[in-house]
Amino acid sequence: MSDLNKLTLSAARDLLRKKDVTSVELTEACLQAKSAGMALNAFVHDTSEVALEQAKAADNRLAEGDASSMCGIPIGIKDLFCTKGVPSQAASKILDGFRPEYESTVSQKLFDGGAVMVGKLNMDEFAMGSSNETSIYGDVVNPWKVDQRNLTPGGSSGGSAAAVAGDLCLAATGTDTGGSIRQPAAFTGIVGIKPTYGRCSRWGVVAFASSLDQAGPMTKSVRDAAIMLETMCGHDPKDSTSADLAVPNFEACLTGDIKSKKIAIPKEYRMDGMSEEIEKLWAEGTEMLRDAGAEIVGVSLPHTKYALPAYYVIAPAEASSNLARYDGVRFGRRANISAGDGITEMYEKTRAEGFGPEVQRRIMIGTYVLSAGFYDAYYNRARRVRTLIKKDFDDVFAKGVDAILTPATPSAAFSLGDMATMDPVQMYLNDVFTVTVNLAGLPGISIPAGLDAQGLPLGLQLIGKPWKEGDLLNTAYALEKSVGFVEKPEKWW
Amino acid sequence: MLDLTYETPKPKIIAGATHDWELVIGMEVHAQIASNAKLFSGASTEFGNEPNSNVAFVDAAMPGMLPVINEFCIEQAVRTGLGLAAEINLWSAFDRKNYFYPDLPQGYQISQLYHPIVGEGEVMVDMEPGISRLVRIERIHIEQDAGKSIHDMDPNMSFVDLNRTGVALMEIVSQPDIRGPEEAAAYMVKLRQILRYLGTCDGNMQNGNLRADVNVSICLPGQYEKFIETNDFAHLGTRCEIKNMNSMRFIQAAIEVEARRQITIVEAGGEVNQETRLYDPDKGETRSMRSKEEAHDYRYFPDPDLLPLEIEQSWVEEIASSLPELPDEKKARFMKDFLLSDYDATVLTAELDSAAYFEAVANRRDGKLSANWVINELFGRLKKDDKDITQSPVTPYQLGGIIDLIEHGDINGKIAKDLFEIVYIQGGDPAKIVQDRGMKQLTDTSAIEAAVDKVILDNPDQVEKAKANPKLVGWFVGQVMKATGGKANPKAVNELIAFKLRL
Amino acid sequence: MSIDKATAAKVAKLARIKVEDDALPALAEEFNMILGFIEQLNEVDVEGVKPMTSVTPQRLKRRVDQITDGDQQALVLSNAPDAREGFFAVPKVVE
Repeated sequence: MSDLNKLTLSAARDLLRKKDVTSVELTEACLQAKSAGMALNAFVHDTSEVALEQAKAADNRLAEGDASSMCGIPIGIKDLFCTKGVPSQAASKILDGFRPEYESTVSQKLFDGGAVMVGKLNMDEFAMGSSNETSIYGDVVNPWKVDQRNLTPGGSSGGSAAAVAGDLCLAATGTDTGGSIRQPAAFTGIVGIKPTYGRCSRWGVVAFASSLDQAGPMTKSVRDAAIMLETMCGHDPKDSTSADLAVPNFEACLTGDIKSKKIAIPKEYRMDGMSEEIEKLWAEGTEMLRDAGAEIVGVSLPHTKYALPAYYVIAPAEASSNLARYDGVRFGRRANISAGDGITEMYEKTRAEGFGPEVQRRIMIGTYVLSAGFYDAYYNRARRVRTLIKKDFDDVFAKGVDAILTPATPSAAFSLGDMATMDPVQMYLNDVFTVTVNLAGLPGISIPAGLDAQGLPLGLQLIGKPWKEGDLLNTAYALEKSVGFVEKPEKWW
Repeated sequence: MLDLTYETPKPKIIAGATHDWELVIGMEVHAQIASNAKLFSGASTEFGNEPNSNVAFVDAAMPGMLPVINEFCIEQAVRTGLGLAAEINLWSAFDRKNYFYPDLPQGYQISQLYHPIVGEGEVMVDMEPGISRLVRIERIHIEQDAGKSIHDMDPNMSFVDLNRTGVALMEIVSQPDIRGPEEAAAYMVKLRQILRYLGTCDGNMQNGNLRADVNVSICLPGQYEKFIETNDFAHLGTRCEIKNMNSMRFIQAAIEVEARRQITIVEAGGEVNQETRLYDPDKGETRSMRSKEEAHDYRYFPDPDLLPLEIEQSWVEEIASSLPELPDEKKARFMKDFLLSDYDATVLTAELDSAAYFEAVANRRDGKLSANWVINELFGRLKKDDKDITQSPVTPYQLGGIIDLIEHGDINGKIAKDLFEIVYIQGGDPAKIVQDRGMKQLTDTSAIEAAVDKVILDNPDQVEKAKANPKLVGWFVGQVMKATGGKANPKAVNELIAFKLRL
Repeated sequence: MSIDKATAAKVAKLARIKVEDDALPALAEEFNMILGFIEQLNEVDVEGVKPMTSVTPQRLKRRVDQITDGDQQALVLSNAPDAREGFFAVPKVVE
């Protein structure tokens, strides 16, 4: 069978169960696609040997009747996850050569479930970015191309998005702090879900902003996302912020029936200067949900516009502290120092050389907003605004709303290099629809909803109630069916 | 609190060149919580292992690592708070204190700045019988200890051992109620005693399990009272902090030296800079810690990896009911029930083990006699062997047996001492030893009389002298004791001789 | 609030990141842009609003006081740029 790499996760699972295909065959197809897809620069660390071993083991389990859904499925793991014995560098020079002696809880769960690691995936350095242009491994190129320009796949999980969209693997892990799963999913025409904060363990995931980070799957379909998310979720006693709640069978929630569900359209998400295409897409999505039997209501989330500035205080502040451990003492790269240099010079050179400009910028902003005299004015104020943002959502859900529909991004994928000429704030505006969800700790999913005039994918976002990923996935599933997005990027690589 | 009537000690006065000065001292004591594992990781807290062998990946601050709190450490902090009669805060939270240092792998220390687990309490520091300083505790919080950096193993490199990183500490902060170097040392002694009684810290200062940062400032007489009234620090001098003191003796010496340093500066018309200093015992001086041109900006903020700590009142009450009798109460009880002096009661209750030993001995025996034997004989003897009470080869049962023999009149004091030494070295049951070795005291008057008569007969010159000077009876007693191998009852001998010589 | 070159230098120092003197003005400029963006937060009425610490309120999980970790010196040192005789070696720290 050729084109095994083009299968969805659920289709592959069904074939594996029926013994129509083996994990080794699937894995080999993905490894081939990966080698052929170097131009995308999605994969950064190769784990082919490990993958084939894992595939063989998975085939044994399948032969013995192990029917777990992830068994034998070749996936990619974002470089932000610590994978034992395999380079895990968060796309940063400062973690050059770091091979963890431990496995992140999320990747361990996937491997315990029988998943196969095709390789580590490219990303923005330390998950800070929306275009995958800050990686030490170089830019990731979006498989979608409509002219000679190389486009961004989005970020920070750009490698994950490109790999899945380009069929280099059947699914991938991503992380999302301000939109880093949902925005690249939208830019590459795939599905990406960030669960409720606390659903997935953060243990072993290189920390960016502790109160915002969440891992999640990036997949070719909503069903795939439901399957993979279930395996990734679960209480972890090693993570104090991990929720001690049972994980439902998310796939079982996909009935496609959303009759009498209440879907809210928040007026503040209609932004000045928003492109007509996106408005149109949003309206079409709304209609589709209405046609499927949902009740549509208009709501207000009054503090929406303050989400981005609040995020850009809180995230850098937490990051400035989380990244203090990258100091050249115990792991990673240590700068060469001159005679007479003491520890302070070592720290300063190591971090200046090891961190890219965006990371340095955020660390320093974070340091500033926490510093003496500014703590109340910035950090505390931002946390208060966060309380209000969450309350906005709580109030809306209290009125009986089941989900909220918004655009996922303000535009389709832009060219690589476009952002270089813009100031940092303009880059941050990419996250305008997604950061609210992280600040409120809610689950959010992006699904492809159409193409723009150029032929590039656009996504719609659904935001759900805390812990109701099953419900959210079902609404997304219904929308996905109505939308009927089947387009794939034309293979130019 | 016990209703103890006491007097407040007078503050120490140090005479400068031009003025008399008083001292104002506050102490921040870091006490390592006695637990098996660390505060936020499951690594061992055991002292003295190979470098970096008591280190979990969390302690080494590897990428992606997260803290999970040790419940027993919380319990120990609550227990300590209760032992210091302090408010327990049912809601507290953890903050990150951010700074760079190689033995601080995270680049921040998890501590509790804004909402500590324990609030205000107090410690009564006994200076002399009836004279005590009440030192108020401002707060106690839980935090991580840092690792150890060794700077003198190599000219160009420092070496870092993270074994201690992440061990749970309690920081016990006092109000500036201490008024002299002796009081500071006494405060430390009392605090250590309470912690050891509670079992929440072993108080081992050599290992660094208990150490103090001492804040010292000077003021003119009268200024301190103004400060207490107004709570305005402007009435006091600029304070300096002497860090990491782990010896009572050095605490006292350092304060003395630092106060004099400040006095010298101020009397010469200068100003004391607020700074952190270290005490150098070899040079007998304090010196400033390097590079304070930029004051530390710790950028405290609530740790997002940890949720706030909420504990139940019922749990606090459970811990409260498990508290042992504390030093002040035990001492008061010993004085009352066993009729001991302040001094004896203080010595016996210094350690829980000593107190327990004494009580076992004094059970149904004379309190003062028991105290005398425990303190003067047993403690003295153990000290010679550099042993503590837990290593005593003499059990309370055995010591009690010796005392019983004395009280019963079976042996005299001198014989008792010999018996004690025998039991100490060889062990055995005292009554049996006395029996086997015929050490029983002679009370049989006829046998004694024979010995007395002989001595009188053999020493007519002495007899004459004794008649003139009755005090010389003692000589006769000594001779009779010698003649009877020490076994005669000295009292009986004395009486008999006096009678025979018609004194 | 405006950031000047000196403040930018101070922040870089606090963050232990070496920034060349001639790069400081540009850095200060970037800071000012970002802080200008953040200023919007001042428009919000936060009177009486508690700052959010944890987005998912639950009881903090506790661990039992047992030794379950450590005793892995080699693994702890395996990624060290300079490990000697069981220690992490770093350039001299002056106390």
